[in-house]
Amino acid sequence: MRSRSALLVLADGRLPTGGYAHSAGLEQAIRQGWVTEIGGLRDFLRGRLHTTGLMNAAFAVAAWNAVDEFMLAEAAPARSSNAESTSESTSGTASTTSTAEALLTLNAELIARTPSPALRRIGAWLGTLMLRSMRSIHPHPLLETLPKDLQQPLVYGAVGRVLGLSDADTAATILHEAVTGPATAAVKLMHIDPFQAHGAIIDLAADLDEAAERATDFGRGDPAEIPALSAPLSDFAAELHEGDNVRLFAS
Amino acid sequence: MSNGKRALRLGIAGPVGTGKSSSIANICTALADEFRIGVITNDIYTDEDARFLKAAGVLPEERIRAVETGACPHTAIRDDVSMNLLAVEGLEEDFDPLDIVLVESGGDNLTATFSPALVDAQLFVLDVAGGGDVARKGGPGIGRADLLVINKIDLGEHVDVDVEQMLADAREAREGHPVLGVSRKIPETVEALADWVREVHARFVKGDHTPVDPGPMAPHFHADEDAEGGYMHTHGEGEAAHSH
Ligand SMILES: Nc1nc2c(ncn2[C@@H]2O[C@H](COP(=O)(O)OP(=O)(O)OP(=O)(O)O)[C@@H](O)[C@H]2O)c(=O)[nH]1
Ligand SMILES: [Mg+2]
Ligand SMILES: [Zn+2]
Ligand SMILES: [Zn+2]
Repeated sequence: MRSRSALLVLADGRLPTGGYAHSAGLEQAIRQGWVTEIGGLRDFLRGRLHTTGLMNAAFAVAAWNAVDEFMLAEAAPARSSNAESTSESTSGTASTTSTAEALLTLNAELIARTPSPALRRIGAWLGTLMLRSMRSIHPHPLLETLPKDLQQPLVYGAVGRVLGLSDADTAATILHEAVTGPATAAVKLMHIDPFQAHGAIIDLAADLDEAAERATDFGRGDPAEIPALSAPLSDFAAELHEGDNVRLFAS
Repeated sequence: MSNGKRALRLGIAGPVGTGKSSSIANICTALADEFRIGVITNDIYTDEDARFLKAAGVLPEERIRAVETGACPHTAIRDDVSMNLLAVEGLEEDFDPLDIVLVESGGDNLTATFSPALVDAQLFVLDVAGGGDVARKGGPGIGRADLLVINKIDLGEHVDVDVEQMLADAREAREGHPVLGVSRKIPETVEALADWVREVHARFVKGDHTPVDPGPMAPHFHADEDAEGGYMHTHGEGEAAHSH
């Protein structure tokens, strides 16, 4: 099942999941003088999409696929006989446990590719926020069984699945977020024409589409083989930002 | 939480510097022995508010937590309450049972009010130093918050504000909803604030409290361009739209 409308809702920056308080490292990059004008912003966005964006999207795809068993058990027609109901609930528990284990493994893989402790904390906080919000926005049994403190891309994967998105569209959502988040933050952080900031996103459309496909291929394979695409300067920026006590954005 | 009941969630909104943190300090000082209280602050640039309250020593430090709102304090209490909600729930879980959680909004303009998705009741804080006519300007917070606090009434004589007149204007703008003049230097006013909190908490515990959303534009005042004195109105049926 695929839902174009649900995709648009999930990709909408106004979805109340707390993302607007974050600049994806851009605020600190500006403070450090790494980004000073629109050209620098374009480079920043391109870098982000090909590194953290692509890796996070791949992990979202992996999570989307890791919840297969649970979603299939959910979708299976309820059996009526009492004799079978016990075994059914046992198999339900089994799929819950193995799904949680698979997600925890993915979480460990993603954390292993995220050197900055600050980024790990932010990823878990944003994941918790997204899960908290989606439980209210669109209640679903899968969202009740996710382990605590999952990194945000994994929650995106589960949410995409629950909303009826394809894994590739879920990847595209993450990549979209990876560039629109900092691009909209840029307008508050630097002397920049807001039209140019959005122009920079449109200019990256082909790159974003292509990255979504690569992420889908990576995510459908062995998660241990997903490349470690974190960006060292982003890791530094996140650590520096935590030490700055005057800031507009939380990260 | 305990007994399936969670804490009363009380929001404190109002423009910058009017005394939101001080109101929280006043409430905590008066009620810390009666209620188990937690505090969430929403900061704009720094964790200044959380630090102010920690320094005031009115509560154990770990019960005061800061939420960063990405330079958009009004969004965090209205359009996207997720961060605050999670922070409140986290506090309730970690210090279960709590009786009251106070949420301080980052100082914003007159239109910023809390969503009922986040708080059960809210107080809006103005101060006499902001000028005697602010209370007449209306807006959802002034008009319909559960309580309007006019703070720093000790300063009235220094800023040429007739405090009694300001309170009377506020009562009129609010059509009978409660208004309190408060100064931390006048203990009986702090006690009246504490009494109001006690009363809301008692209603909440009994299940008699219904959260009211002050959001929709309250009756407010427009200065009349033809110099005929202006008029009070609400926005609604049959009125030409205008922007403020
Ligand atoms: N004279 C007098 N000063 C007060 C009173 N209450 C607060 N203040 C002072 O007013 C200033 C602002 O008070 P805060 O409580 O920090 O105000 P706030 O609304 O939390 O401010 P922001 O969070 O920055 O928007 C401080 O310098 C306080 O000491 C009062 O009752 N009387
Ligand atoms: Mg304050
Ligand atoms: Zn804003
Ligand atoms: Zn009007």
